[in-house]
Amino acid sequence: MTVDSKPTSAAVAGTPRAPAERPTGPRKPRGTTIAGVALRTPYWVFTGAVAVVFLFPLAWTAVASVSPQAGTNQVDGWGFGNYTTLADYQAGIWRYLGNSAFVSLLTVVLTLLISFLGGYAFARFRFPGRNLLFLLTLAILMVPYATLLIPLYVLLNEVGLQNSLVGVALVLTMFQLPFSTFLMRISFEAVPRELDEAAMVDGCTSFGALWRVLVPAVKPGLITVGLFSFLAAWNDFMAPLILINDSERMTLPLAVSNLRGQVQGVVDYGATEAGVVVLALPCIVLFLLLQRHYVRGFMSGALKG
Amino acid sequence: MDVNAPARPPSAPMRGRFRSGRQALLGWLYATPTAVFVVALFLLPLLIVVKMSLSRWPLLTGDQGINAPDNFTKAIDHRFFTDSVVFTVKYTVIATVLLLLLGLGMALLVQESSRWNNLLRASFLVPSALGLASASLLFYVLYSPYASPLAPVVDRLGITFLGSPNAALFSTVFLIVWRYAGFYMVLMLVGLQSIPADVFEAARSDGATRWQTFRRVTLPLLRPTLALTTVLCVTGSLLAFEQFYILTKGGPDNSTITVVQLIYMIAFQGQNDLGVAAALSVLVLAALVLLNALQMRAFRSEGN
Repeated sequence: MTVDSKPTSAAVAGTPRAPAERPTGPRKPRGTTIAGVALRTPYWVFTGAVAVVFLFPLAWTAVASVSPQAGTNQVDGWGFGNYTTLADYQAGIWRYLGNSAFVSLLTVVLTLLISFLGGYAFARFRFPGRNLLFLLTLAILMVPYATLLIPLYVLLNEVGLQNSLVGVALVLTMFQLPFSTFLMRISFEAVPRELDEAAMVDGCTSFGALWRVLVPAVKPGLITVGLFSFLAAWNDFMAPLILINDSERMTLPLAVSNLRGQVQGVVDYGATEAGVVVLALPCIVLFLLLQRHYVRGFMSGALKG
Repeated sequence: MDVNAPARPPSAPMRGRFRSGRQALLGWLYATPTAVFVVALFLLPLLIVVKMSLSRWPLLTGDQGINAPDNFTKAIDHRFFTDSVVFTVKYTVIATVLLLLLGLGMALLVQESSRWNNLLRASFLVPSALGLASASLLFYVLYSPYASPLAPVVDRLGITFLGSPNAALFSTVFLIVWRYAGFYMVLMLVGLQSIPADVFEAARSDGATRWQTFRRVTLPLLRPTLALTTVLCVTGSLLAFEQFYILTKGGPDNSTITVVQLIYMIAFQGQNDLGVAAALSVLVLAALVLLNALQMRAFRSEGN
């Protein structure tokens, strides 16, 4: 579990000691001597303590969700009583998991498809309105979530998508477009033009070139876009809060949030902990598997933003 | 485009025009899905929200005709309007200062690439993979007087996490720092790495101390990153919703209501007035655009 980004190590290796670093000399000797280790110990202790602050809440929630606690479904001994409460809540956790999975997958597929085609258009073609459309897409970032959700609530009602998970996925896709279109555009721009031209000379249509040659070339960009849109859709709270009012169709974050204070205002903390674990687990697993893409997503935004 | 490529046959102008027409057509073809989404789910709603802000528009009965500027006066006269604006600004200042300082500090701490630092970066970054709603629920339990592992300590000290307005504010800020510090650390790391190494060499050979190097070399060269992170953080904090909606529910004594929360309350909780909510949304949008323009200008003019 390491955040290892190629540009990071390359650039840092050449950088002299950062201001906050210990003076370890110009040629980067590791703390192999006894003095070196002694000098670095406070640094390890301090940074280790900071890391614990960041990891403790997660670890504690995971442990507490299976540990005994008064006022929950897990009073004696360790076990999965809290998860049982969660599973039996209203329409049942499988329902909410299914709703969340549906919204997330639909958002990911739509975002990938639209930003892939859009990124290709912006990177490779010149057409009237190109810059205006790109700027408008980025402008989505400037507009507050709530400012758009209120008219979207009215608009989706008009077209019969009220209370609909498809409607939520459409809205979430729109909110993903600035980042994903931008990232796919710079991904395509990084691919040498000779590659698709060669494919076209060999008789591919532009769509054939796109499919056979460019998909593999921009795969890292696609993974990053997919990862970010999944995390955003899986975790989104406000869009389903406003657009969904049928408890059968709630997504998981909404269900877990409503779970609190159901029984005469008494909060079942155990079930809430279990809910947080179920919510967080896919995100953390994806983060650990795809760290490089995750960090690169942030970096591309920072470099060009 | 390759319209002016040197090795073009004599018939270039004709073919060029033909090709650029085809290019435009294909370009539009590939951009159509983006355009459809932007128009249908972004531009159209923006028009609708402006219209709503000018009309009487109850949640249940819909459009009842123009009543401008009633919605705006009602929004500004709302009993929580001033409080929520003041609170949101206060929260934004605290969260932005803390997140930028900690982000930069953590970036400096783990800047050098080593196994240990990679491990640290990963642990600082894990919380950012969680949703804000999940993180808020997690801290809701962590701060509760019953289930919290910190309950005995807090009990003995006689304080509560969410009991008083200030405690609630700072407890929420801690949650936000926990969730976002790693994100800002990564942005700062990118900025630090874009500074060329020889600048530091030059400073060192001139005999600058570490603090002087930081103050006179690192900080000025980090300006673009600082501008970006400030804009991001200010925008994000001004629009805070989930953390307060879930963690404090606006309490205690309605002391932690943010502007976006007020919009939600007016639209869907009790008052059910979409027109007033739309008016407030338009005001927030205008304020945000203005503020971002000012920030951009401030950072640009400082740079020159």
